[in-house]
Amino acid sequence: MNALLLSAIMGVVMMFTGIWVKRYTVIKRVALAGMALLFVANCIELKGTKWFNFDVSGFMQFNNFSLVFIAIAIFVTILFTLVSGTEIRKVGNYPADYFALIFFIISGVILLASFQNLLILFLAIEIVTIPSFILTGAEKRNLKSNEAALKYLLLGSFSTGVMLLGIALIYGSQGSFDINQMQIGMLEGNKISNLQVAGILTLMFSMAFKSSIAPFHFWTPDIYDGAPTVFASYMATVIKVAVFIGFIRLFENAFGNLSSTWVVWIAVLIVATLLIGNITATFQQSVKRMLAYSSISHAGFMLFAVFAMNESAHEGLIIYAAGYSLATIGIFAIVAKMNDYSYEGFNGLARHQPLIALTATICLLSLAGIPLSVGFLGKFYMLKAAVLTGKYIGLVVFAVIMAAVSAYYYFRVIQAMYFKEGPDNFTGATTVEKYSMVAICALIIILGIMPGVLLVHLYF
Amino acid sequence: MIALLLILVPLLGGLATFFLKKESEVRTWSLFVAVLTFIVAILGVSVLNAPEYLSFKADWMGDLGSTFSIKADAMGMMLCMLTAISFPIIFIGTWKTAYEKPQNFFALMLLAQAGMMGVFLAMDALVFYFFWELALIPMYFLSSQWGGARRIPVMFKFFVYTFIGSLLMLVGLIYIWSKNGGSFDIDAFYNSKLSVKEQMWLFWLLFAAFAVKMPIFPFHTWQPDTYEQAPTAVTAVLSAIMVKMGVLGLLRWLLPVLPVGSYVMGDNPSFLAMIGIVYASIIAFRQDDMKRLVAFSSIAHVGLMCIAAFSESKSGMQGIMIQMFSHGINILGLWVIIEIIERKFGTRKMSELGGVAQKAPALAIAFFVIMFATVSLPITNAFIGEYLMLNGIFNSTVTSYGVIYAVVASTGVILSVVYMFSMARKVFLGNTNELTVKGTDIDFPEKAVLGIILVIILVMGVYPQPFLNMMEGVSDSLLKASDIQHLILKK
Repeated sequence: MNALLLSAIMGVVMMFTGIWVKRYTVIKRVALAGMALLFVANCIELKGTKWFNFDVSGFMQFNNFSLVFIAIAIFVTILFTLVSGTEIRKVGNYPADYFALIFFIISGVILLASFQNLLILFLAIEIVTIPSFILTGAEKRNLKSNEAALKYLLLGSFSTGVMLLGIALIYGSQGSFDINQMQIGMLEGNKISNLQVAGILTLMFSMAFKSSIAPFHFWTPDIYDGAPTVFASYMATVIKVAVFIGFIRLFENAFGNLSSTWVVWIAVLIVATLLIGNITATFQQSVKRMLAYSSISHAGFMLFAVFAMNESAHEGLIIYAAGYSLATIGIFAIVAKMNDYSYEGFNGLARHQPLIALTATICLLSLAGIPLSVGFLGKFYMLKAAVLTGKYIGLVVFAVIMAAVSAYYYFRVIQAMYFKEGPDNFTGATTVEKYSMVAICALIIILGIMPGVLLVHLYF
Repeated sequence: MIALLLILVPLLGGLATFFLKKESEVRTWSLFVAVLTFIVAILGVSVLNAPEYLSFKADWMGDLGSTFSIKADAMGMMLCMLTAISFPIIFIGTWKTAYEKPQNFFALMLLAQAGMMGVFLAMDALVFYFFWELALIPMYFLSSQWGGARRIPVMFKFFVYTFIGSLLMLVGLIYIWSKNGGSFDIDAFYNSKLSVKEQMWLFWLLFAAFAVKMPIFPFHTWQPDTYEQAPTAVTAVLSAIMVKMGVLGLLRWLLPVLPVGSYVMGDNPSFLAMIGIVYASIIAFRQDDMKRLVAFSSIAHVGLMCIAAFSESKSGMQGIMIQMFSHGINILGLWVIIEIIERKFGTRKMSELGGVAQKAPALAIAFFVIMFATVSLPITNAFIGEYLMLNGIFNSTVTSYGVIYAVVASTGVILSVVYMFSMARKVFLGNTNELTVKGTDIDFPEKAVLGIILVIILVMGVYPQPFLNMMEGVSDSLLKASDIQHLILKK
């Protein structure tokens, strides 16, 4: 609640900053200060102090799980700003507005992580996606960026329509938007109406669209490819993970009692996502597009949380969210600074930029799920959650084989950087950016050895 | 404490190596770290009867039921000893081989050593898995950076093979963990209550990782290419030590954890290994590259260990213990010799060499003794191991095909004579040619290294009893844990 109000206020503040302040460094510092304030406010709430006491009980509920996730999202946003500050300025003439949009996205993320009512869910999704349409088209003079924005807008509105249909169907069967009411209405043993089933599936598919789960993923590579790389990285991390948090919150709290009717659909989506994401990623020639497909395949792993819906799944989603976001922000920041997005563009990077190559390697190893990185623990918790449900062990075996496939395309980048020769395509990074990259790597390894430092906040 | 030092010394030493600048400093420092590790290992062997010095436990991921628990039992200590001996030998044997960016090379070598020590010592399934993967990563970078011309695709194949295997093992470990009350501790794994059906399919998940690492017949295709393309120092580590990770996995993490599964399914891997022995031996004598020949011979030797493991007999188990050590030492000797020959004459192709014995008699003597050990001639160390294993397989009570395995595996020994002797003939005997005519003999450090290997071969071949006594306890306890008769009695 603290962070929600502050982020909305900060969004407005940033819009006015754009009018009064012209220097980018000042704008960036104001934005960073705002994010730091949000982070602190959120952590204070996590420790039990609320600054604002409104009664929102029917609409939102802030528990530890949502607060920890919000903290991760804000923290990743700070790292994102630190690590790709130069690129944000290069996108266009209105950096203050971009930061304003990012603050609005954060408030949407906070709503997604804490909604208790389908109306809020709808609002949250809209608050998150509408700024990302704008960010996708932020590069005004680039036709690809415009095309991506239009595509995203059209498909996004369509899926929003589907989501509204689902909400309407659920309302029709339950007579309420409140998630807690639904749980009572959907107790095991009650007769399940066709309306309910149709509503649940429609909601599932629209959420699948928003979190780019196959077969609803077709927009993702085009949008990520067309959007400015910085904002693509933000959409692939914070926004995507936030939608997942909303996904599991909705399906566990509202429809958890009926899981036997829809869990098989989740299993089908997992198989499709892992298969399509990984196999297509292996055939990409551009690292940026490869990362887009790899983000689809990671969605498949995160979907295990919705599949399992146990304690381990919650912990796993938090760890996965942190690990995936950190590593993706890190690798995207490096990709954004390359002249050449193809694999050949990375040839010989280790010789010219040893530090950058090392950070890229750690991020890629984490994405591939090698032990000692938080990426491994994320996968481990997800697999553990799925095994603990005791059904579909074949699904888990399939998932690990797909994880091994994913090693192929991540290691192609590592091979190019370390074992091949080529010109220096790296455009350079400022000192702050370099330190931030090192910090990301350090976090990946620290969380990979001691996940407890993060998970402990889920309970205390 | 000593167990922890065995991991920490090479780990910290390796990390420090990254920051050194001059090549001579790097070499001296890494040799110093390797020797220090060896001294720690000697200390470990000397206190083998006082287990309190050899185990270490620390909290780690408590909510997962995993503790950082390492312990050196006799088998783990023996393999750590093998690792600790191998690295100084490799470093001295390749002292004159030039590496680009030597600090990275030696640092990664030492990190790999730390990883492998961890695998041999881990007494917690999650820790075991961590080290299992961590040992792989430095090997991948080492081979891909400093290897031969086709190194990048070849090493990648190796990586993907082992990665798939170990991920399947991870699923198996998580499943067992979920069934035994949420503990990754090895004792909990030994006492897990799994139904026969579960054991049968879990067996394949765990076996996949070990079969790729050893390697067993249809999963071996990464191995000859990898051994050929990796720099010889890395090949030596891969074949002398890393292969033993697979065997240790079988003995410590498969047979006792899934006794029923191993009993029911055991004939499948044995049969595959039996095919592998004959197949690899036949392919070996068609090879022209010495490295590929030795690589195929390694498949045959490890295949025998695999059959012996599934024969679950005392004699077989003792045979594996001594053979793990002997095979490591012998193949290490072969790699050092191949490295010396390649450095001297610039080729590994047997057809281009000849008459080396005239120019380098000391090298030839070393090679012949090691060759006799490889073909397991009596009074060499491998004879003891192979004899005990064949005896164990022949008299095995858990399989009805013991006699067939023993007979076919014995032909592997005969075939090894064919390819090893033909290698000796082509490389060392005959007349010199224009390539070898200017050859010189090996110098003192190389002589010393090979001398150490020869001493180990002969001493263990003539008087293996102390070694066998040392291993008896662990062999018995592993057998007891894997024995299903015992399980039935307990219920």
